[in-house]
Amino acid sequence: MERNLIDSQIKGVSTGTTILAVTFNGGVIIGSDSRASIGGYYVSSKTINKLIQVHDRIFCCIAGSLADAQAVTKAAKFQISFHSIQMESPPLVKAAASVLKELCYNNKEELQAGFITAGWDRKKGPQVYTVALGGMLLSQPFTIGGSGSTYIYGYADAKYKPDMSKEECLQFATNALALAMGRDNVSGGVAHLVVITEEGVEHIVIPGDKLPKFHDE
Amino acid sequence: MAAYMSAGRSENAFSTHDFVPEWAQEEVSTGTTIMAVEFDGGVVIGADSRTTTGAYIANRVTDKLTPIHDHIFCCRSGSAADTQAVADAVTYQLGFHSIELDEPPLVQTAANLFQQMCYRYREELMAGIIVAGWDKRRGGQVYTVPMGGMIVRQPVSVGGSGSSYIYGFMDSNYKPGMTKEECLHFCTQALALAMERDGSSGGVARLAAITEEGLERRVVLGHQLPKFSNT
Repeated sequence: MERNLIDSQIKGVSTGTTILAVTFNGGVIIGSDSRASIGGYYVSSKTINKLIQVHDRIFCCIAGSLADAQAVTKAAKFQISFHSIQMESPPLVKAAASVLKELCYNNKEELQAGFITAGWDRKKGPQVYTVALGGMLLSQPFTIGGSGSTYIYGYADAKYKPDMSKEECLQFATNALALAMGRDNVSGGVAHLVVITEEGVEHIVIPGDKLPKFHDE
Repeated sequence: MAAYMSAGRSENAFSTHDFVPEWAQEEVSTGTTIMAVEFDGGVVIGADSRTTTGAYIANRVTDKLTPIHDHIFCCRSGSAADTQAVADAVTYQLGFHSIELDEPPLVQTAANLFQQMCYRYREELMAGIIVAGWDKRRGGQVYTVPMGGMIVRQPVSVGGSGSSYIYGFMDSNYKPGMTKEECLHFCTQALALAMERDGSSGGVARLAAITEEGLERRVVLGHQLPKFSNT
Protein backbone atom coordinates (compact mmCIF):
# COMPACT_ATOMS: atom_id res chain seq x y z
CA MET A 1 0.00 0.00 0.00
CA GLU A 2 1.15 3.56 -0.56
CA ARG A 3 3.06 5.03 2.36
CA ASN A 4 2.38 8.51 3.62
CA LEU A 5 5.59 10.12 2.41
CA ILE A 6 4.67 13.68 3.36
CA ASP A 7 6.04 13.58 6.89
CA SER A 8 8.33 10.57 6.86
CA GLN A 9 10.99 12.76 5.25
CA ILE A 10 11.09 14.87 8.42
CA LYS A 11 13.45 13.31 10.93
CA GLY A 12 12.20 13.11 14.46
CA VAL A 13 9.00 14.56 15.79
CA SER A 14 6.85 16.35 13.27
CA THR A 15 3.52 18.03 13.42
CA GLY A 16 1.84 16.22 10.55
CA THR A 17 -1.00 18.54 11.12
CA THR A 18 -3.96 20.64 10.17
CA ILE A 19 -3.74 24.38 10.74
CA LEU A 20 -5.88 27.22 9.53
CA ALA A 21 -6.58 30.90 9.98
CA VAL A 22 -9.72 32.74 8.85
CA THR A 23 -10.60 36.43 8.97
CA PHE A 24 -14.11 37.49 9.91
CA ASN A 25 -15.85 40.77 10.47
CA GLY A 26 -13.83 42.33 13.27
CA GLY A 27 -11.20 39.71 13.94
CA VAL A 28 -9.45 36.54 12.99
CA ILE A 29 -9.67 32.94 14.16
CA ILE A 30 -6.59 30.76 14.14
CA GLY A 31 -6.93 27.03 14.75
CA SER A 32 -5.10 23.73 14.78
CA ASP A 33 -5.27 20.10 15.87
CA SER A 34 -3.09 18.81 18.71
CA ARG A 35 -1.22 15.76 17.46
CA ALA A 36 2.57 15.41 17.18
CA SER A 37 3.78 12.22 15.53
CA ILE A 38 6.93 10.44 14.43
CA GLY A 39 6.58 9.45 10.80
CA GLY A 40 2.92 8.62 11.12
CA TYR A 41 3.61 5.53 13.24
CA TYR A 42 3.72 6.87 16.79
CA VAL A 43 1.84 9.73 18.34
CA SER A 44 4.39 11.42 20.56
CA SER A 45 1.94 13.95 21.94
CA LYS A 46 -1.86 13.98 21.91
CA THR A 47 -2.18 17.44 23.38
CA ILE A 48 0.48 19.67 21.92
CA ASN A 49 -0.37 23.33 21.47
CA LYS A 50 0.59 24.52 18.02
CA LEU A 51 -0.74 28.03 18.47
CA ILE A 52 2.17 30.16 19.67
CA GLN A 53 1.56 33.67 20.90
CA VAL A 54 4.29 35.90 19.50
CA HIS A 55 2.75 39.15 20.74
CA ASP A 56 -0.41 40.43 22.44
CA ARG A 57 -2.59 40.24 19.35
CA ILE A 58 -0.45 38.09 17.06
CA PHE A 59 -0.37 34.30 16.98
CA CYS A 60 1.30 31.87 14.71
CA CYS A 61 0.69 28.21 14.09
CA ILE A 62 3.31 25.73 13.06
CA ALA A 63 3.53 22.84 10.65
CA GLY A 64 6.42 20.56 9.80
CA SER A 65 9.37 19.68 11.98
CA LEU A 66 8.52 20.55 15.57
CA ALA A 67 12.13 21.27 16.52
CA ASP A 68 12.61 23.66 13.62
CA ALA A 69 9.31 25.38 14.33
CA GLN A 70 10.06 25.88 18.01
CA ALA A 71 13.52 27.28 17.25
CA VAL A 72 12.16 29.70 14.68
CA THR A 73 9.25 30.92 16.80
CA LYS A 74 11.53 31.44 19.78
CA ALA A 75 13.85 33.64 17.72
CA ALA A 76 10.90 35.41 16.09
CA LYS A 77 9.23 36.12 19.44
CA PHE A 78 12.37 37.83 20.67
CA GLN A 79 12.84 39.88 17.51
CA ILE A 80 9.21 40.97 17.44
CA SER A 81 9.14 42.09 21.06
CA PHE A 82 12.43 43.97 20.57
CA HIS A 83 11.00 45.66 17.47
CA SER A 84 7.86 46.57 19.38
CA ILE A 85 9.86 48.18 22.20
CA GLN A 86 11.95 50.16 19.71
CA MET A 87 8.86 51.41 17.85
CA GLU A 88 7.00 52.06 21.11
CA SER A 89 3.83 50.57 19.69
CA PRO A 90 2.32 47.11 19.12
CA PRO A 91 3.85 45.43 16.07
CA LEU A 92 2.03 45.09 12.78
CA VAL A 93 0.93 41.57 11.88
CA LYS A 94 2.82 42.01 8.62
CA ALA A 95 5.98 42.81 10.57
CA ALA A 96 5.66 39.63 12.63
CA ALA A 97 5.06 37.58 9.48
CA SER A 98 8.07 39.21 7.82
CA VAL A 99 10.31 38.29 10.74
CA LEU A 100 9.27 34.65 10.34
CA LYS A 101 9.73 34.88 6.60
CA GLU A 102 13.28 36.23 6.93
CA LEU A 103 14.22 33.39 9.26
CA CYS A 104 12.66 30.77 6.97
CA TYR A 105 14.13 32.17 3.76
CA ASN A 106 17.66 32.74 5.06
CA ASN A 107 17.80 29.23 6.52
CA LYS A 108 15.79 27.48 3.86
CA GLU A 109 18.33 24.68 3.35
CA GLU A 110 18.24 23.54 6.96
CA LEU A 111 14.65 24.22 7.95
CA GLN A 112 11.53 22.24 7.28
CA ALA A 113 8.72 24.21 8.83
CA GLY A 114 5.84 26.31 7.56
CA PHE A 115 3.80 28.89 9.45
CA ILE A 116 0.54 30.72 9.42
CA THR A 117 0.61 34.10 11.15
CA ALA A 118 -2.65 35.76 12.10
CA GLY A 119 -3.57 38.68 14.25
CA TRP A 120 -5.06 42.08 14.63
CA ASP A 121 -3.38 45.46 14.41
CA ARG A 122 -4.57 49.03 14.37
CA LYS A 123 -3.45 49.78 10.81
CA LYS A 124 -5.14 47.03 8.82
CA GLY A 125 -7.32 45.19 11.31
CA PRO A 126 -7.53 41.39 11.10
CA GLN A 127 -5.00 39.75 8.78
CA VAL A 128 -3.73 36.31 7.84
CA TYR A 129 -0.29 35.61 6.37
CA THR A 130 1.19 32.32 5.14
CA VAL A 131 4.91 31.66 5.29
CA ALA A 132 5.53 28.61 3.14
CA LEU A 133 8.39 26.11 3.37
CA GLY A 134 10.93 27.98 1.23
CA GLY A 135 10.16 31.37 2.73
CA MET A 136 7.37 32.77 0.56
CA LEU A 137 5.12 35.30 2.29
CA LEU A 138 1.53 35.66 1.16
CA SER A 139 -1.46 37.53 2.54
CA GLN A 140 -4.87 35.88 2.14
CA PRO A 141 -8.37 36.28 3.61
CA PHE A 142 -8.07 32.75 4.92
CA THR A 143 -5.59 29.94 4.61
CA ILE A 144 -5.21 26.27 5.47
CA GLY A 145 -1.97 24.35 5.96
CA GLY A 146 -0.35 21.14 7.08
CA SER A 147 -0.81 17.61 5.80
CA GLY A 148 -4.49 17.49 6.75
CA SER A 149 -5.30 20.60 4.76
CA THR A 150 -5.26 18.61 1.49
CA TYR A 151 -8.57 17.02 2.43
CA ILE A 152 -10.39 20.26 3.16
CA TYR A 153 -9.47 22.41 0.16
CA GLY A 154 -12.82 21.58 -1.42
CA TYR A 155 -14.73 22.24 1.80
CA ALA A 156 -12.92 25.53 2.48
CA ASP A 157 -13.34 26.79 -1.11
CA ALA A 158 -17.05 25.99 -1.00
CA LYS A 159 -17.90 27.27 2.47
CA TYR A 160 -15.77 30.37 3.03
CA LYS A 161 -17.53 33.72 2.68
CA PRO A 162 -15.87 37.07 3.27
CA ASP A 163 -17.16 39.14 6.25
CA MET A 164 -18.62 36.31 8.30
CA SER A 165 -19.78 36.86 11.85
CA LYS A 166 -17.70 35.45 14.72
CA GLU A 167 -20.11 32.53 15.25
CA GLU A 168 -20.22 31.61 11.57
CA CYS A 169 -16.45 31.74 11.44
CA LEU A 170 -16.09 29.54 14.53
CA GLN A 171 -18.44 27.00 12.96
CA PHE A 172 -16.48 27.07 9.69
CA ALA A 173 -13.13 26.61 11.46
CA THR A 174 -14.40 23.86 13.76
CA ASN A 175 -15.99 21.93 10.90
CA ALA A 176 -12.89 22.26 8.76
CA LEU A 177 -10.63 20.97 11.53
CA ALA A 178 -13.00 18.11 12.34
CA LEU A 179 -13.20 17.03 8.69
CA ALA A 180 -9.43 17.14 8.25
CA MET A 181 -8.78 15.27 11.50
CA GLY A 182 -11.28 12.65 10.35
CA ARG A 183 -9.35 11.89 7.18
CA ASP A 184 -5.70 12.58 8.01
CA ASN A 185 -4.05 10.00 10.24
CA VAL A 186 -1.36 12.40 11.45
CA SER A 187 -3.86 15.03 12.60
CA GLY A 188 -6.02 14.49 15.64
CA GLY A 189 -6.55 15.03 19.33
CA VAL A 190 -8.37 18.19 20.35
CA ALA A 191 -9.14 21.28 18.32
CA HIS A 192 -7.45 24.47 19.52
CA LEU A 193 -9.02 27.73 18.41
CA VAL A 194 -7.96 31.29 19.26
CA VAL A 195 -10.21 34.25 18.48
CA ILE A 196 -8.25 37.50 18.11
CA THR A 197 -10.05 40.85 18.04
CA GLU A 198 -9.30 44.42 19.01
CA GLU A 199 -10.75 43.70 22.45
CA GLY A 200 -8.56 40.74 23.23
CA VAL A 201 -7.75 37.10 22.78
CA GLU A 202 -10.05 34.14 23.53
CA HIS A 203 -8.75 30.56 23.60
CA ILE A 204 -11.25 27.76 22.92
CA VAL A 205 -10.45 24.06 23.23
CA ILE A 206 -12.82 21.46 21.79
CA PRO A 207 -12.10 17.89 22.91
CA GLY A 208 -12.30 15.11 20.32
CA ASP A 209 -15.67 13.78 21.41
CA LYS A 210 -17.30 17.22 21.21
CA LEU A 211 -16.23 17.86 17.63
CA PRO A 212 -18.96 17.90 14.97
CA LYS A 213 -19.77 14.46 13.58
CA PHE A 214 -20.54 13.75 9.95
CA HIS A 215 -22.76 11.31 8.19
CA ASP A 216 -20.68 8.17 8.49
CA GLU A 217 -19.66 8.55 12.15
CA MET B 1 23.91 7.41 -30.11
CA ALA B 2 24.67 7.84 -33.81
CA ALA B 3 27.04 10.58 -34.85
CA TYR B 4 26.26 12.43 -38.08
CA MET B 5 29.54 13.41 -39.79
CA SER B 6 28.39 14.52 -43.20
CA ALA B 7 28.36 18.31 -43.51
CA GLY B 8 25.56 18.37 -46.02
CA ARG B 9 23.08 16.41 -43.87
CA SER B 10 19.88 18.31 -43.06
CA GLU B 11 18.76 19.15 -39.54
CA ASN B 12 15.99 16.58 -39.73
CA ALA B 13 18.41 13.72 -39.07
CA PHE B 14 18.28 13.69 -35.28
CA SER B 15 18.35 10.79 -32.91
CA THR B 16 15.31 10.10 -30.77
CA HIS B 17 17.38 10.25 -27.60
CA ASP B 18 17.82 14.01 -27.87
CA PHE B 19 14.76 15.69 -29.34
CA VAL B 20 11.63 13.92 -28.19
CA PRO B 21 9.70 16.35 -25.98
CA GLU B 22 9.34 15.46 -22.34
CA TRP B 23 5.63 14.87 -22.59
CA ALA B 24 6.11 12.17 -25.19
CA GLN B 25 8.37 10.22 -22.85
CA GLU B 26 5.85 10.02 -20.01
CA GLU B 27 3.11 7.45 -19.67
CA VAL B 28 -0.43 8.50 -20.41
CA SER B 29 -2.30 8.81 -17.14
CA THR B 30 -5.77 9.78 -16.09
CA GLY B 31 -4.63 11.84 -13.09
CA THR B 32 -8.17 12.58 -12.33
CA THR B 33 -11.21 13.09 -10.17
CA ILE B 34 -13.94 10.44 -10.20
CA MET B 35 -16.88 9.86 -7.92
CA ALA B 36 -20.06 7.89 -7.48
CA VAL B 37 -23.08 8.30 -5.18
CA GLU B 38 -25.92 5.88 -4.38
CA PHE B 39 -29.49 7.11 -4.12
CA ASP B 40 -32.79 5.32 -3.71
CA GLY B 41 -33.42 3.92 -7.17
CA GLY B 42 -29.97 4.19 -8.73
CA VAL B 43 -26.56 5.81 -8.76
CA VAL B 44 -24.99 9.02 -10.03
CA ILE B 45 -21.44 8.86 -11.33
CA GLY B 46 -19.13 11.67 -12.36
CA ALA B 47 -15.65 12.38 -13.66
CA ASP B 48 -13.50 15.17 -15.05
CA SER B 49 -12.21 14.94 -18.63
CA ARG B 50 -8.44 15.46 -18.53
CA THR B 51 -5.84 12.88 -19.64
CA THR B 52 -2.22 13.91 -19.23
CA THR B 53 1.19 12.72 -20.36
CA GLY B 54 3.41 14.55 -17.92
CA ALA B 55 2.51 18.22 -18.25
CA TYR B 56 0.80 17.90 -21.64
CA ILE B 57 -2.95 17.33 -21.74
CA ALA B 58 -3.27 14.52 -24.26
CA ASN B 59 -7.06 14.59 -24.24
CA ARG B 60 -9.09 17.42 -22.73
CA VAL B 61 -12.48 15.82 -23.41
CA THR B 62 -11.88 12.26 -22.19
CA ASP B 63 -14.80 10.08 -21.23
CA LYS B 64 -13.77 8.25 -18.09
CA LEU B 65 -17.24 6.83 -17.49
CA THR B 66 -17.08 3.49 -19.25
CA PRO B 67 -20.11 1.22 -19.77
CA ILE B 68 -19.54 -2.36 -18.67
CA HIS B 69 -23.11 -3.48 -19.17
CA ASP B 70 -26.52 -1.91 -19.72
CA HIS B 71 -26.91 -0.74 -16.12
CA ILE B 72 -23.30 -0.97 -14.89
CA PHE B 73 -20.57 1.62 -15.39
CA CYS B 74 -17.05 2.05 -14.15
CA CYS B 75 -15.09 5.25 -13.45
CA ARG B 76 -11.42 4.93 -14.33
CA SER B 77 -8.40 6.55 -12.69
CA GLY B 78 -4.68 5.83 -12.90
CA SER B 79 -2.92 4.62 -16.02
CA ALA B 80 -5.17 5.11 -19.06
CA ALA B 81 -3.81 1.98 -20.76
CA ASP B 82 -4.19 -0.25 -17.71
CA THR B 83 -7.74 0.87 -16.98
CA GLN B 84 -8.86 0.53 -20.59
CA ALA B 85 -7.39 -2.97 -20.77
CA VAL B 86 -8.99 -4.11 -17.51
CA ALA B 87 -12.34 -2.57 -18.41
CA ASP B 88 -12.34 -4.29 -21.80
CA ALA B 89 -11.54 -7.64 -20.20
CA VAL B 90 -14.26 -7.27 -17.56
CA THR B 91 -16.80 -6.15 -20.18
CA TYR B 92 -16.15 -9.37 -22.10
CA GLN B 93 -16.31 -11.58 -19.00
CA LEU B 94 -19.48 -9.94 -17.72
CA GLY B 95 -21.20 -10.12 -21.11
CA PHE B 96 -20.46 -13.82 -21.33
CA HIS B 97 -21.64 -14.41 -17.74
CA SER B 98 -24.88 -12.52 -18.42
CA ILE B 99 -25.64 -14.66 -21.46
CA GLU B 100 -24.99 -17.82 -19.44
CA LEU B 101 -27.31 -16.60 -16.68
CA ASP B 102 -29.92 -15.32 -19.13
CA GLU B 103 -30.35 -12.37 -16.79
CA PRO B 104 -28.84 -8.90 -16.33
CA PRO B 105 -25.69 -9.25 -14.21
CA LEU B 106 -25.35 -7.96 -10.65
CA VAL B 107 -23.24 -4.88 -9.91
CA GLN B 108 -21.50 -6.91 -7.22
CA THR B 109 -20.43 -9.43 -9.86
CA ALA B 110 -18.91 -6.74 -12.05
CA ALA B 111 -17.13 -5.21 -9.08
CA ASN B 112 -15.69 -8.55 -8.03
CA LEU B 113 -14.44 -9.23 -11.56
CA PHE B 114 -12.58 -5.91 -11.42
CA GLN B 115 -11.26 -6.75 -7.99
CA GLN B 116 -9.97 -10.16 -9.01
CA MET B 117 -8.05 -8.73 -11.96
CA CYS B 118 -6.70 -5.73 -10.04
CA TYR B 119 -5.52 -7.93 -7.16
CA ARG B 120 -3.95 -10.66 -9.30
CA TYR B 121 -1.96 -8.16 -11.34
CA ARG B 122 -1.48 -5.61 -8.57
CA GLU B 123 2.28 -5.26 -9.13
CA GLU B 124 1.90 -4.54 -12.83
CA LEU B 125 -1.20 -2.38 -12.78
CA MET B 126 -1.81 1.21 -11.78
CA ALA B 127 -5.60 1.36 -11.72
CA GLY B 128 -8.09 2.83 -9.28
CA ILE B 129 -11.65 2.02 -10.31
CA ILE B 130 -15.11 2.82 -9.00
CA VAL B 131 -17.84 0.43 -10.18
CA ALA B 132 -21.42 1.68 -9.97
CA GLY B 133 -24.76 0.65 -11.34
CA TRP B 134 -28.26 -0.61 -10.74
CA ASP B 135 -29.58 -4.15 -10.49
CA LYS B 136 -32.91 -5.65 -9.47
CA ARG B 137 -31.62 -7.38 -6.34
CA ARG B 138 -30.01 -4.49 -4.47
CA GLY B 139 -30.90 -1.33 -6.40
CA GLY B 140 -28.23 1.35 -6.78
CA GLN B 141 -24.76 0.30 -5.58
CA VAL B 142 -21.26 1.81 -5.55
CA TYR B 143 -18.18 -0.37 -5.09
CA THR B 144 -14.70 1.06 -4.92
CA VAL B 145 -11.68 -0.96 -6.09
CA PRO B 146 -8.61 1.17 -5.30
CA MET B 147 -5.00 0.37 -6.27
CA GLY B 148 -3.91 -2.87 -4.67
CA GLY B 149 -7.16 -4.67 -5.32
CA MET B 150 -9.38 -4.21 -2.27
CA ILE B 151 -13.12 -3.98 -2.70
CA VAL B 152 -15.61 -2.21 -0.47
CA ARG B 153 -19.17 -1.00 -0.97
CA GLN B 154 -19.76 2.61 0.06
CA PRO B 155 -22.76 4.93 -0.30
CA VAL B 156 -20.45 7.59 -1.71
CA SER B 157 -16.93 7.25 -3.04
CA VAL B 158 -14.34 9.54 -4.62
CA GLY B 159 -11.14 8.56 -6.39
CA GLY B 160 -8.18 9.78 -8.40
CA SER B 161 -5.59 12.45 -7.65
CA GLY B 162 -8.18 15.20 -7.27
CA SER B 163 -10.16 13.28 -4.69
CA SER B 164 -7.83 14.25 -1.81
CA TYR B 165 -9.08 17.82 -1.98
CA ILE B 166 -12.76 16.98 -1.70
CA TYR B 167 -12.85 14.47 1.17
CA GLY B 168 -13.82 17.25 3.54
CA PHE B 169 -16.52 18.54 1.17
CA MET B 170 -17.85 15.03 0.63
CA ASP B 171 -17.95 14.19 4.36
CA SER B 172 -19.79 17.40 5.22
CA ASN B 173 -22.18 17.63 2.28
CA TYR B 174 -23.27 14.05 1.68
CA LYS B 175 -26.52 13.11 3.38
CA PRO B 176 -28.18 9.72 3.06
CA GLY B 177 -31.56 9.80 1.31
CA MET B 178 -30.79 12.40 -1.38
CA THR B 179 -32.82 12.49 -4.59
CA LYS B 180 -31.32 12.02 -8.04
CA GLU B 181 -31.20 15.78 -8.70
CA GLU B 182 -29.57 16.46 -5.33
CA CYS B 183 -26.95 13.80 -6.09
CA LEU B 184 -26.25 15.34 -9.50
CA HIS B 185 -25.85 18.78 -7.90
CA PHE B 186 -23.58 17.36 -5.17
CA CYS B 187 -21.37 15.62 -7.77
CA THR B 188 -21.16 18.73 -9.97
CA GLN B 189 -20.02 20.85 -7.03
CA ALA B 190 -17.50 18.29 -5.80
CA LEU B 191 -16.00 17.83 -9.26
CA ALA B 192 -15.77 21.59 -9.78
CA LEU B 193 -13.94 22.04 -6.47
CA ALA B 194 -11.48 19.25 -7.24
CA MET B 195 -10.86 20.48 -10.79
CA GLU B 196 -10.05 23.94 -9.39
CA ARG B 197 -7.35 22.62 -7.07
CA ASP B 198 -5.88 19.57 -8.85
CA GLY B 199 -3.61 20.27 -11.80
CA SER B 200 -4.26 16.82 -13.23
CA SER B 201 -8.05 17.27 -13.28
CA GLY B 202 -9.97 19.66 -15.49
CA GLY B 203 -11.89 20.18 -18.69
CA VAL B 204 -15.58 19.38 -18.51
CA ALA B 205 -17.52 17.52 -15.86
CA ARG B 206 -19.17 14.38 -17.16
CA LEU B 207 -22.07 12.96 -15.16
CA ALA B 208 -24.38 10.00 -15.59
CA ALA B 209 -27.43 8.80 -13.69
CA ILE B 210 -28.19 5.05 -13.85
CA THR B 211 -31.63 3.83 -12.82
CA GLU B 212 -33.97 0.98 -13.66
CA GLU B 213 -35.26 3.02 -16.63
CA GLY B 214 -31.80 3.33 -18.07
CA LEU B 215 -29.04 5.82 -18.48
CA GLU B 216 -29.04 9.62 -18.51
CA ARG B 217 -25.79 11.39 -19.38
CA ARG B 218 -24.93 15.03 -18.81
CA VAL B 219 -21.97 17.24 -19.58
CA VAL B 220 -21.27 20.42 -17.65
CA LEU B 221 -18.94 22.61 -19.70
CA GLY B 222 -16.07 24.55 -18.12
CA HIS B 223 -17.80 27.92 -18.05
CA GLN B 224 -20.99 26.42 -16.62
CA LEU B 225 -19.27 24.83 -13.63
CA PRO B 226 -20.05 26.40 -10.24
CA LYS B 227 -17.44 28.95 -9.20
CA PHE B 228 -16.03 29.15 -5.70
CA SER B 229 -13.32 31.78 -6.05
CA ASN B 230 -12.67 33.94 -3.05
CA THR B 231 -10.49 36.52 -4.78
